[in-house]
Formats: sequence, C-alpha cells, structure tokens
Amino acid sequence: MRQNVLIGLALLAGLWLARNLYVIFLGLPDEAAQGAIYRIMFFHVPSWFTCFTAFFVAGISSMLYLGKKSTMYDTLAVSAVEVGVVFTIIGLVTGSIWGRIIWGIWWTWDPRLTWALITCIVYSGYLMLRRAIDDPTARAKNSAVLCIFAFASVVITYKAIDWWRTQHPGPVLSIRTGGGNMDPAMEAMLFSNWGALLLLCIVLVAVRMKQEDTSREVESLRRYAHAA
Amino acid sequence: MSAAAPAVQISDLWKYYGDYPALKSIGLSIHAGSCLSLLGRNGAGKTTLLRILAGLLRPQRGDLRIFGHDPRDGATRARIGILGHGIGVYEELSALENLKLFANLYGLPNAAESAKDWLKRTYLDNVSDSLVREFSRGMRQRLAVARAFIHGPDLLLLDEPFTSLDDRAIALLQSLLQGALNRGATIVMSTHQLREAMELSTDVALLNRGKLVFQGPRPVEMLQDPTWLYRTYGEG
Amino acid sequence: MNFVSQTLTVAGKDIRSEIRTKESLNAAISFAIVILVIFSFAVDPSAEQIKEMSGGLLWIVFAFAGALILNRSFARELGNDCLDALICSPVPSAALFTGKAAANFVLLMVVEAVSLPIFGVLYNMQWMRDPATLAAVCMLATWGITIIGTVFSALTVNLRLRELMLPVLIYPMMIPALMAAMRLTTVLISEGTIPADDIIWLRLLVGFDIIFTALSVMLIDTVLIG
Repeated sequence: MRQNVLIGLALLAGLWLARNLYVIFLGLPDEAAQGAIYRIMFFHVPSWFTCFTAFFVAGISSMLYLGKKSTMYDTLAVSAVEVGVVFTIIGLVTGSIWGRIIWGIWWTWDPRLTWALITCIVYSGYLMLRRAIDDPTARAKNSAVLCIFAFASVVITYKAIDWWRTQHPGPVLSIRTGGGNMDPAMEAMLFSNWGALLLLCIVLVAVRMKQEDTSREVESLRRYAHAA
Repeated sequence: MSAAAPAVQISDLWKYYGDYPALKSIGLSIHAGSCLSLLGRNGAGKTTLLRILAGLLRPQRGDLRIFGHDPRDGATRARIGILGHGIGVYEELSALENLKLFANLYGLPNAAESAKDWLKRTYLDNVSDSLVREFSRGMRQRLAVARAFIHGPDLLLLDEPFTSLDDRAIALLQSLLQGALNRGATIVMSTHQLREAMELSTDVALLNRGKLVFQGPRPVEMLQDPTWLYRTYGEG
Repeated sequence: MNFVSQTLTVAGKDIRSEIRTKESLNAAISFAIVILVIFSFAVDPSAEQIKEMSGGLLWIVFAFAGALILNRSFARELGNDCLDALICSPVPSAALFTGKAAANFVLLMVVEAVSLPIFGVLYNMQWMRDPATLAAVCMLATWGITIIGTVFSALTVNLRLRELMLPVLIYPMMIPALMAAMRLTTVLISEGTIPADDIIWLRLLVGFDIIFTALSVMLIDTVLIG
C-alpha cells in the first residue's frame, strides 16, 4: 500500500517536472536581460527553498526525537538532512553555472553562496557524525543534538554573512538585486517548480526513511545473531 | 532510611540499542538492607542494568525508582555509590586531591577530614600526596573503593567488583561491604566471582539475554555449589 | 553545594590537572606560535595589509589552537571511567558542563595572552591600543568558541575518530562568532576603536554566546546520559 502511494507520488512528481520542463523550455520566452540561461533559476531558487524546508523539518523532528525518543523522528531527521544536502548541492551547482554565464565567474563570496556552502558543510558534518557512531540509540541522540545546534547556527550565519558581505561588497552584487519584478508567468512557473521539487523531496525522504528503517532492522538482527 | 520505599523498584523496564532490546521487561524490587548479586553471562545485560540504576543510561520504557525517587535527582544520586570497571579517579591528581574532589562534589561538610579518614581506612594515608599515576594496581583499587564509599552511600552499585582485585583489596572490600550492610545500606553487584559474592549476598537475580529469569533470596544450594543457579535455570 | 561552587570545583579540577600535565596547554601554545611563524611566509610581514588581516590571522590561530584544548576536555575523563564517576555524583550535568567550559575558557585565554604579544613582536604590530575593549572582545568570542567546543567535545567523546571529528563539526558552527571576532579585532588593532557601524558585531557576539550557552545547558544532560 505504502509502496504504491510512493510510486504514485514519484510518478506525479516526474510528470509535473516533465511538464514544467516543457513549459520552461518551449513555453516561456527568453528573459530580456539574461537570455536563455535565466531558466536555470526555475531549479536554482526552488531547490534553495526546498533545502531550507528539509533542514527545518530535520530540526523539528530532532527536537521531537529528544522529547519522545521514538526512532521514527530520528529516521525522518536523517532522511530530511540527506535529501536537504542534495538540494543544497543542486542549488550550489545551478547557481555556479548561472554565475559563470552571467557574472563570468564560477564562484563569488556573495552572502547567499557563502551561506549555502557553510550550510552544506555543517550538515555534511551531521552525516559524518552519524557514520562514526555504532550504537543506534547513541547515534540518534547525539545527531539530534547536533541537528538542533546546526539549525541554530545556520540561522545565525545567514544573518551574519549578510552583514559581512554588505560591508565588503563584491563587484557583482548589484546584479542580483537589480533584477526588478518578475514576469507573472515566470513567477508562477517558479512556484510550480518549487511544488514539483518539494514533492520530489517528499518522495525521496520517504524512500530514504524506509531504507533507514531497514538498515536499523538489519543492525538489530546482527546483534541478535551475535547474542545467540 | 525509610522503611516504606524499597531501595530499588523497577517495573516493566526496557532498554533498546536501536531495535535490539538489551533489557526486556525487567521487574525487580530490592528491599533496603539487602545485598543482591546480579548474575548472568557476558552480554546478558548486567552492566546495562547497573548503569541504568546509576543514572548513566536512560531506559526507553518502564519505571525506575530509587528510594522512591527518580535516579537522576541530585538528592538520590548523593545516596548512591558506584564502583565500575574503571577506578574513576584522576591519574594526575594525588590520592588526597581525588578524594577531596569527590567529597566536595558530594557536598560533604568536612571534605578534607573525610578524605583523610578514608585514606586511613584504605591504608593509603602514607601516600596521600602521591599522584595516582605513581600508584601500584592494588593501591589504585583501594583508592577507587574509598572514592565509592566516601559519602556513606545507602545504595552501592558494583560492577564486577572482585574482578582483578588483589587479596588485600578483596578482603578490604568485603569488610567494607559487610560494614555497609550492617548499617542498613543496600548493595547491588554484578559478579562472576560467585564464591566471594555468595558470602555477602542475601538475594540473587539471574539475567539471561536481557530477561530476568530468576529473582529471590539466595538459594541455600549456592553456598555449597555457586553454579547451582546457572544449572537449574539454564545458561551455563 | 550550590551551582556556582560545583562549577568552580569541576573547573578547578580540570585546571589543576592541566597545570600538572600541561599536555594540551603546551601543545596549543606551540601550535599557535608555529602558525604565526608559518603565516609570515604567506604574506610580507612588513606590509600594511597585515593590519587589515590581523583579526583574521589571530582568530584562525586561536580557533586552531583551541581545538587542541577542547579535544582533551572530555577525553581527559575517559581514562579510568572518570566521566561515569562525575555523572553519578549529585552535581547536575549543567554544572559539570559549565565547569568544564570555564576551565577550557581559562586555558584558551592563556593561549591568547601568550600569542598576542608574540604576534605583536613578530609582525611589528601595535596591538595594545585599546586593551580593555580588546580583552572584552577576546573574552566574548572565546566564550563562544569554548561553549560550542565543550558541548561537541562531550558529543564526540566516545567516537573512534574523535580528534578528527571535533574540528570538522565545530569550525562551521563557530563561523558567526569567528566573523565577529575577526572584524572587531581587526578594527581594534588598525583603528584602536570600534566604529559605530561595527557595534553590530558586538551584538552578534553577545547574541551568539547567549543562544548557544542556553542551548548547551538545556541539552547537555541529554548528551551526557545515554
């Protein structure tokens, strides 16, 4: 049953993305200032939203884990972080490609970029910590604590970097703010694609949760075998 | 010590490592003034249970009361003494500094006095200012015993206390434990050294793969034949 | 025994054993000096630019040297199962934590007090232009580093790759505090005072300290008890 729902949702996400791709490439005209490359924004911006949503969910479920000690919340937290990191990387890569075309450089220490990179590193640390702990209960507990710290730190960093980079403005910073208002059709597409990516994210998290449950089961079976 | 509340009251206690239950539905009541030997082979859950009693681990499910209170209450912990595998004293501090530290942590009114007193009782008064890292094995063990007893605990939790102790330390520990029992303290110890333990024990409990398979007064048979319980209830 | 004296007892114990062995203090101070020396090869030490990057250099040194101290903080308790003995004592986890954090704070401040004059001599820098404010900034930022470092020292104490994991986890978390400390130290060394529009960094530093101290004190019991 659960499997079928998942497959259905995955198909829906796939179709939605395919439809969006069709509209993005064939339905929408090139943007006046940026030309064809602006289309990458339809993936870049929503993946940024999606990763933040995922990390938020991970933070909340880590708190719930510490409160209720139910492994379900730990499973949700690790799955959300893992998928969130993937979307952070998608955001970084698409942003980098866009920057190469528009700014002429792959990377600049723009506040958003810096923040995304640090976030990616912080949450990779979370995934590394998990790999270093063998006992599943200690792993769940310690990584839940780390996840709460990570979220707090990432929120503070977001603000701090903004101040830092504003004080040392980069040569290309104004381009990002000077985009002006978006065409309504493009804005609608942005949100539509966010929906599609969020759905994809939910499917991936659900699949990952299932896999995490299975691996925990395998782990406990190994302990049973060891004890027998 | 209140006669009403048992020293340790456990009901339906479960401890999991992931999905694997290390302790399954443990129910145990240890009345004040008794000495319980916790038996079972390696991996049966003895250390896990003792660590839960000491407040070092939290069970996932079940209720645990020590003298009628939560084991993580400061006041409850002040009544518990632990002696585990490690000696629990600092190598780079002297014997006296170690005992003074723990006397202070336990909030004893005369920390220095109690520390000196316990150094005397464990025959370490002539080396009180030497660093622990210069101590021989036997001296360390005696210092560990002093550390566990310094605050006059009402409940002693001992994990394999006789393992790797020399004769002098065993004799000292046994006399201290007997003294503690005489003043009404409760002792819970896990042990493989059945002969040493059976002299003191009033009760025994046997753990088998996380389950409590026997609990009760020490059977008379065990004085003559300490392995009687293992043979009768399985798990050799 | 109240919370403060419990904290002081734990802190005193840590500082006393550190003074006996000097294992992390020696390592941290020599490490700090080595980085200061190596850095002279990265830039021309006589250049005016060094003033502009003084804060950055100093806080990289302090953060790196700090990791050596923080690594030892809970690892010191592992031998002989001392951590179990401490947790079993009636001292609340929060006092245990603040005590250990206070000890780390003192040790890291010692490293900074030794490194700063050496930095001044090696790079010919007038760093004593507003010593009181500089000390305040150092204390605020060091507390931020210490609080994150101590809580993660407890979190990683039972890990196989403890020494490697701790820096990987703490440096990204410390970035806001390090940014503020770098900026404030730079202006204090190059201009001798904190300009009005940099006061915001002082506020960030205070906010960082408060938020993470509160989080740590709230979560430390969960961290220490399995």
